[in-house]
This record gives sequence, structure tokens and C-alpha cells, in this order.
Amino acid sequence: MKRFSALSVLILALAGVVLAQGALLINGAGATFPSPIYSKWFDEFHKANGTQINYQPVGSGAGIKQVTDGTVDFGASDGPMNDDQIEAYRTKNGVGILHFPTVLGAAVPTYNIPGVTASLNFTPEVLAGIFLGRISKWNDPAIVNSNKGVTLPANDIVVIHRSDGSGTTYIWTDYLSKVSSDWKDKVGKGTSVNWPVGLGGKGNEGVTGLIKQTPNAVGYVELIYAAQNKITYGTVKNAAGSFVKADLSSVSEAASGASKTMPEDFRVSITNAPGKNAYPISSFTWLLIPEKFKDTAKRDALKNFVKWAITDGQNDAENLSYAKLPKEVVEKELKALSKVM
Amino acid sequence: MNARLKWRKFVSAFMLTMTGVCAAIAVSVLFFILGHLVYHGGTSINWAFFTKLPVPVGEVGGGMANAIVGSAKLLALASLVGVPIGFFGGIYLAEFSGSKVAFVVRYAADLLNGVPSIVIGIFAYALVVLPFKHFSTLAGGFALGLMMIPITLRSTEEFLHGVPRALREASMALGASKWTTISRVVVPAAYRGIMTTILLALARVAGETAPLLFTAFGNRFWSPGLGQPTAALPLVIYNYALSPYEDWHRQAWAAGLVLLGLILMVNIVARVILSRGVAVPRS
Amino acid sequence: MATSSIHAPSAGPVAGSRSFLSRLRNGDEIARVITFLFAASVVLITVLLVYELWVDSALSRHKFGLGFFITRVWDPIADDFGALPFIYGTLVTATVSLLIAVPLGIGAAIFLAELAPQKLSDPLQFFIDLLAAVPSVIYGLLGVFIVVPVMRQWVQPALKSTLGFLPLFEGPAYGVGFLTAGIVLAIMAIPYIISVSREVLMSVPRDQREAALALGSTRWESTWKVVVPFARTGIMGSIFLALARALGETMAVTMVIGNTPTISASLLSPGYSIAAVIANEFTEATGDLYLQALIELGLVLFLLTFILNGLARLLMILTAQRGSGMGHA
Repeated sequence: MKRFSALSVLILALAGVVLAQGALLINGAGATFPSPIYSKWFDEFHKANGTQINYQPVGSGAGIKQVTDGTVDFGASDGPMNDDQIEAYRTKNGVGILHFPTVLGAAVPTYNIPGVTASLNFTPEVLAGIFLGRISKWNDPAIVNSNKGVTLPANDIVVIHRSDGSGTTYIWTDYLSKVSSDWKDKVGKGTSVNWPVGLGGKGNEGVTGLIKQTPNAVGYVELIYAAQNKITYGTVKNAAGSFVKADLSSVSEAASGASKTMPEDFRVSITNAPGKNAYPISSFTWLLIPEKFKDTAKRDALKNFVKWAITDGQNDAENLSYAKLPKEVVEKELKALSKVM
Repeated sequence: MNARLKWRKFVSAFMLTMTGVCAAIAVSVLFFILGHLVYHGGTSINWAFFTKLPVPVGEVGGGMANAIVGSAKLLALASLVGVPIGFFGGIYLAEFSGSKVAFVVRYAADLLNGVPSIVIGIFAYALVVLPFKHFSTLAGGFALGLMMIPITLRSTEEFLHGVPRALREASMALGASKWTTISRVVVPAAYRGIMTTILLALARVAGETAPLLFTAFGNRFWSPGLGQPTAALPLVIYNYALSPYEDWHRQAWAAGLVLLGLILMVNIVARVILSRGVAVPRS
Repeated sequence: MATSSIHAPSAGPVAGSRSFLSRLRNGDEIARVITFLFAASVVLITVLLVYELWVDSALSRHKFGLGFFITRVWDPIADDFGALPFIYGTLVTATVSLLIAVPLGIGAAIFLAELAPQKLSDPLQFFIDLLAAVPSVIYGLLGVFIVVPVMRQWVQPALKSTLGFLPLFEGPAYGVGFLTAGIVLAIMAIPYIISVSREVLMSVPRDQREAALALGSTRWESTWKVVVPFARTGIMGSIFLALARALGETMAVTMVIGNTPTISASLLSPGYSIAAVIANEFTEATGDLYLQALIELGLVLFLLTFILNGLARLLMILTAQRGSGMGHA
């Protein structure tokens, strides 16, 4: 007993009971989707000037909650904060909060149909029908019509969706709500929804795992995930009528199409964007930065970081399968940075 | 030998073999899991793993030094919270309390045990993070310590009860006070069982992720002292395993292996250092 | 019975007649007070936890009332929440896991405690204890990559072809589902049962065994009819630990249960549990009602644990044997 307590005192002493402060440490929390590129950016930034930015991918909702509670210095989210959340932030902290888009991502439809290796074409009606449970077999006329030349079996479709709340679900359901009034009424958009049909997999990994192991399955995953793991995914018909496969240029095009009508606060949905080659299920991801900082060192470090990330940092994006911000958006953001005091 | 005796002997042999089968199943599951961890993660374990900080995806040479140290700190803190409460509480239940109080305390402990780990995390967040407006190693240790309490408490009580009355009476007869009897005679006699379950409780919390999400939070860098967010092995495993990158997957398996190794070491060290080798005859 | 009736010799003829301060000088009284404080803190923490859950779920409780327990809908967009599918899933997976883990665990514990030589038993136990340290997320990954395919390709089809007429094994074989989750939970719960039961069995006094054998019982009979009942409460305690693990497990379950809030008699059906849905949706939940509904689910789980524990204790009291040596609930 005595030896045990001596041991623990020793450990404590070694750990340093005094609340030691190291170099400047900034904490952020939020979306999992941009986490790989954020970790690369923070690492490079740290190497360049020693500032430690610690980002944890706890989820967009948690990120919004933490930054509102004040337990982290900034947040990150795949879906913009809604008016209620912004109001709640203002009530709790006395100032407003700003959104800064950083990169672009997309959700793609993936599937596992025995005997089908081709890239399938999906129309908005087909996607909504499948996920609503109305289209239940692979050889449904709606699917066959857009995929002439592919033999589709008469098997039951198994729908796979995300079980955990996620920005990817937000993008997917946002798109479906725009293209299907039935979906909008029955289900709606959000990070978690009441899915009419299907099994839930945890994370992109869970969904991909389930799809791989379940014949006749269909689901949606992040583009970076599909690209990094070389998963077959289909094309989606966009607002201009072309079947577009998600890749870095088609996703960027969705953003530039939307940048002309972008609101001042950058809170915009770019799903089903106009543009001949725009990929319709794309989205920004945002950093959530408070309008006013008590700690000027943190404020300056973060401002420098954002400035760097949306300009030089964009060069890292494509290697990690993220699409770059269009120039028009970057210019607007640089101007908006001056609002952070 | 009559027929009934033959039957009873057969049943005896059969059932005892079945218990062997049960043990074989349990053990083979373990070796299977260990084998998988080694197979998937073994290649990622090198010296850098133990000494370097993590690097972003795509770069080589990173490690999990901060997560290993973080987990060690968290477990030490958790023990400081969980073990005294569970141990001394168990002593109270076994040696001092009346049956009504004991019933209530045991019930409360069982309820606490059944709380999902994420709810414990939320509770610790409200108690230790929100008032101070930052995440910390302290908060993480506190959350994990809470989870250690029920197992430690129930088992301490159970094993103290198992010590034969004769021992206590002998000690009293020699004039020892109650506390001396407890501390010098009863506890050492039950020490083995108690130690086993404390280590079991430690093993359990070592692998918990959910309580740390809102308390220790995770940290890309070193965490000096106890008041900053800290990295921890289960958090790293969780983040890496659910990421799209094959390299990070392998690191996640490796981290799982390292975590098991850490617990194994604690087990060995604890049993060796704190062993008093008290031999209590089994009758 | 508890030995608390034995008082230290120096307590004085009439305990209440001495003032508190003078009793305090007596080391035993200090010990009693201090250990009492520790024990009381456990109750305090639990009460505080329930209070926190209660307060943080106020919105949800007021909106849904008792209907929360019987509503099947879980719709974060329409802000309509109900707990029934999750309660069902939690109970089913916990039952399946105990049905598997308890016989296996007790059997293995008996083997390790009674039959195996010390040199084999100790190292094996050492390694089984390590199973408890495997992070639950790794159990989840192993579940997804190994258990689920095995279930989908071999076990579930086999069950369907032999016992498929039972409503218990109807429906398509997805691989994920109640049965799979129950199996993964059983694997996670077994170390606790084995570890604690083995220790308890080993601490049963030898004379009990020898008396039975002397009376002509077989080895098995002495174990099963004498030793195990003697260790009954300890073994029950280990089952409580296992049950608690099964009820509260989050990560591993969510990877293998299918995460669909359905209520189905079939074990092959995908489902959902309270802990899994909280783990899945808490970090992304925005909106006060949503968050509070999740916390109310936590409260519901607490209530479930309360009831299950109570039932189990009732069972123990009702079947208490005389002369078992440790007769407390």
C-alpha cells in the first residue's frame, strides 16, 4: 500500500502538478471530413512558426457546441450553423461567430452489385426513390433507363446509410431535399435523419465495410474516402442535365457556380449547383471563428492561419483528394478576415 | 459398481470436460484477437512509434509518444480516484456497515457500472470541463476513475467477506483493535482477489474512448502538466481506425497492441512489487 | 452474515454513552467514519449523475412525457423522439450476450479454478484478463471484419436452414444484427465472469469440497452442488459486472448491430441499442430538444439497469440457500 502511494506521488511529481503552460496552444474541434487536411495544415503551420493548433475531429455538432461553450478556441463544421445556433452563440458569448470555407468535398454513391463492374448513372429521381424505399429492385425501369448497356439483376436493393451523425449525411440529405419534394416532406435534411429504409454503418469505414460485404447494396461515402480506397462509385445527373462523376474539377466547378450568389457570411449550400460539369452533391466545409478574441496572440495566430490555409495551403488539397476553393471565394474571405477582432 | 454410480461418474467426466472446452474457447478467442493485432499492426511498431509525435497522413516516421504518455497519466489519475473510493468503500461495506446501508451502496455501484461510457464523459464534462472552460488530463482521469469505482468496490467487499471468520476472531482474541485486524490480517488475506479486480478495472478503463472525447479531448502535441488536453491511445485508435487511410489503419492496430502491452506491464509490475506472498490456508 | 457485529474491545460498555470526540480518539471509530465517507461518496456520485441527467433532459421529458417509452419513432428532423426500439434492442442484445457468456464463463472459471494445475491456470488467467483491456473500438473493428462476414456467410444461413421456421430466425441474413451484437458483447463480457468467478471459487474453503467428496460425491457433484453454491454471491456479482458491460457498451455494438431502430422478433434483424444511438448521434446533435432526448435515453438506460438489478437481487434473495456462507444481496 505504501509503495503504491509513493509510486503515484512520484508519477504526479513527474507529470508536474503545476498547471504548466508550454508554447501557445490553440484548441479547435469539429468536423471529421476535413480532418486529414487540417492535420496537414496545422503541422506545416507549426513547423513554420511554432504555433500549436490542436484540432480534434469530434464531429460538426460537437464542434459547434464546444465553440459555443467556450471550451475550444474555434470550431469546424460540414454544415453551416443555422440562425438559432448563431443566436445561441451570441447570447452566450456576447459577440458573433464567422464562417470561413476552407475546402470542398463531395458525397458519392457507391454500390456492390454482383456482375456489375461498370460505373452506374444515377438520376436524382432514382436516388430519392432508392433511399425512400420506393425503388426496391436493381432492374427497376428508372435505373435501367439511364444505364443502357448494363445488365442489372432483379435483386432487392439493400440501402446502407450512416448511423452516426455526419456532415456527409447532411450533404446527401440536403441534395435529396432539393431534388425531391417527397424526401423534403417525409425526411428532411440533417446530420442524422429518420431513414425510411436501410442499415446504418458507423463512419465511412462502416458504410464501406457493409457495402463490400452485402451483395446488392448501395450507399454514400465521402469522395476522399472513395478515392483513397479505390472504391467504384457512380455518376449523378446534375441540374444542367449531364451525368457527372465526382472529381476535383467537377466539385470545384460546383463551388464557382455558387460563388456569384454567395452571401456575405459564406453560409451557402452548393448542392445541385448550376454549371455544365458541376458535381451536384458537393459542399464547402467551414471554420467557425469568433468575431472577437480576448487573447490577441490567439487571434493573430488564427487569422494568419486562415489567410495561409485559403491561399498557399490550398496546394496541399488535391493530393489528399479535396477540391480547392475557387478564386472568387478566396478573395471574399480575405476581405472578411478583417472582421475578426 | 451399480448403474447409477456409473451414470454419475459419466456425468462428472463429461461436465468437467465441457468446462475444459469452455476454457479453450475463451482462450482461443484471446489468442485470435492478439494474433490479429500483431498481424495488422506489428509492422508499424518501431522505435519512432514510441518516441515521436504523430505526423499528418502520407508522411512517414511519426509515432504516438504523446498518446502513450497521455494514457499513462490518465490511468494513474484514474487509479487515484477509483481505487481509494472503491477499496475503502468496500472495506466499509464488509467490515462496518449494516445491511441496509450496504444494500444501497451496492445498488448504487451497480447502477454506476451500467452507465454508458459516453454518459460518464458527458457527466465529467459538465463537472470538470465546463466550469473551467477547457479540456484537461484531470477531467479525463476523473471520468475514467469514476468507471473504476464500481468494480473495485464490489470486488473488495466480496473478497473481504470471503476471509474466514476464524482469522478475524483469532486476531481479536490476541487483543488487536478492529482496524488493526482489518489492515493487518483481513485485507492481506483477501489481497490477491482485490488486486486482480483492481487490475481488471484498470484494464477496462484503459481501452475506453467515449469518456475521453469530452474530457481529455486529444492533443496533437505534448501536454505539459495536468490542465491541458492530452492525447490518449484509445482516442488515437478511434480517429485512425475510422479514417480513410490504410497507413493510419495499421497504426491504429499497432496502438491497440501497444495498449495491451502497457496493461500487461502494469499487471506484471503490480503483482511483483506489491506481492506480499501471504499464504492463507484454504481451509 | 456480515461480521460487522463484532465490535472492537475498546468500544466501551454502552457505545452511545461516550461523547463523539472521545470515541474519535479510538482508531476504529476514525476508520469507520473515513471508510463510511468513501462508501457514501459512491452513492453521492450516482445521485449527482442521475440529477445531472434529469436536469439536462427537462425539455424532452416535458414534451414527450411517458409516451417516450412507447413511441417507436426517432426523427431528429421532425423533433419527434421515442425510446421503444432502443429499449428493445438493449434488452435483446444484453440477454443474448449473457446467455452465451454466463455458461461459457462459469464453465471456464470452474476449469481454471478446480481442474487446471496452478502452473497452467495462473498464466491463462493473466491472458484472459488482458481481453478486458482490448479497446472497445478494436472489438468493433474485429466484429465488422471477422464476425459479421462469418455470420452472414455461414452462421446465419445455417440457422435459417435448420431453425428458420422459428420467428426467432426469420428474415434476410445481413450479417449485422441482434445476434451478432450479442455475440460480440458476450466476448467482451466473458473476461469479467471468468476472472472474478475463478477468484471466488478459489477462495472457497477446501473443507467444503473435501466434506462433499468424503460423503461419496463425484468430482463434478462436489463442484457443482457444493463449491459453486458456496461462491454463489461472488459469481452473481461477476454476472452483474458482465450485464453492466453489455448494457452500457457503445463502440463495439454500434459497428455490428446494423443501427436501425426496428423492433423484430428475429435475432437476425438489424436493431439499435440505447448506448449505441447516444454514441452515434451525441457529438453531431444540434438543437436542444435533440440533445436532451439523447440524454433522456441515458436516463432510461439508468432506469432499465435499476430494474434489472432489482429483479436479479430479488431472484437471489428468493433462492438464498441456508449455509452458503455469504447470504447477502
